[in-house]
Amino acid sequence: MTLTSGDIFARAFFCMAVLRHSPQTGKLPAKLNGGTGGMKEPKYYWEDFRVGEVAEFGEKTVSKEEIIEFASEFDPQPFHLDEEAGRQSILGGLCASGWHSCAMMMRLICDAYLLETASMGAPGVDEVRWKKPVYAGDTIRLRRTCLERRPSRSRPEMGLTRFRLELVNQKGEVALSSEGWAMYGRRHPGAPVEA
Amino acid sequence: MPWFEDIRIGSRTELGSHTFTAEEIIAFARKYDPQYFHVDEEAAKAGPFGGLTASGWHTSATWMKLMIRARQGAKEPLDADGRQPPSGGPSPGFLEMKWPAPVRPGDTVTYASEVIGKIDMKTRPGWGIVRSLNTGVNQRGEPVLSFIGQGLVQRRQARNV
Repeated sequence: MTLTSGDIFARAFFCMAVLRHSPQTGKLPAKLNGGTGGMKEPKYYWEDFRVGEVAEFGEKTVSKEEIIEFASEFDPQPFHLDEEAGRQSILGGLCASGWHSCAMMMRLICDAYLLETASMGAPGVDEVRWKKPVYAGDTIRLRRTCLERRPSRSRPEMGLTRFRLELVNQKGEVALSSEGWAMYGRRHPGAPVEA
Repeated sequence: MPWFEDIRIGSRTELGSHTFTAEEIIAFARKYDPQYFHVDEEAAKAGPFGGLTASGWHTSATWMKLMIRARQGAKEPLDADGRQPPSGGPSPGFLEMKWPAPVRPGDTVTYASEVIGKIDMKTRPGWGIVRSLNTGVNQRGEPVLSFIGQGLVQRRQARNV
């Protein structure tokens, strides 16, 4: 048995972030509050994400106003604030801050499945590539590919999954591509699983 | 910011601090990351972090905010020939984003950026990529953010390719 970097990463995270800072996290809450007000049973567990599965979700058209609003607070560079400055820049038009793209992807993930999932957080993201600008007026959707998964060795109620998450624009181009591990509660803690 | 040629590996920039309030944590998360432990103080108590925490993306975006502020506060002098050193360029992405501990309401995060590498660009002789190790540390000295950032920076003189 070999430990992957993801393994070590996830374990380190648990030691640092969860066990030290919030010892009560050893337990997955039996119910979720999915941000919609009511407490409910999770719909998706770790078992529901199968390696090789590709799924597409959502669709969001990105307005000039929201690009400028985000950039004004977090990334006030001319190509994120002004149409003319965007056209003159290396990016060729007013486009969203890369951090805004990450935040919009997170929202698509939440709306698509995460709020209904026995989510136990993520230690970070291995990599994000901003491959194409997200321009004002673009329509983006989320593509999720399940790359790897394994049950936690130390915590039978938890599993780990590595997804590739991409934002795809209306032309079918990948604007953002990311990979990383996240932790999910298991429907059947400790049950044997296939790879 | 300085021209690509003038950026030194190992140079470190202190970006300043930001104190996260419950209101802004909730406002950011309502828009972008509405998991209950980022938007609902009561429900968060029973959640994975034992209380309300900022979305990792909020912690990261605030690094960018302070980075831009630091750049704007440090205007480079004009070159001898009167040229204005460049403003920042776009980024191809980042690596190894880690959120090792949660950010809670009232936490003050102090951010920094250290240059760890410079890469020539094959396709754009007028630009180079600067890699930096970016960090955020809370008021107790605990790391809450680290990632390797990358940014395109203009060269004073285009490379011959």
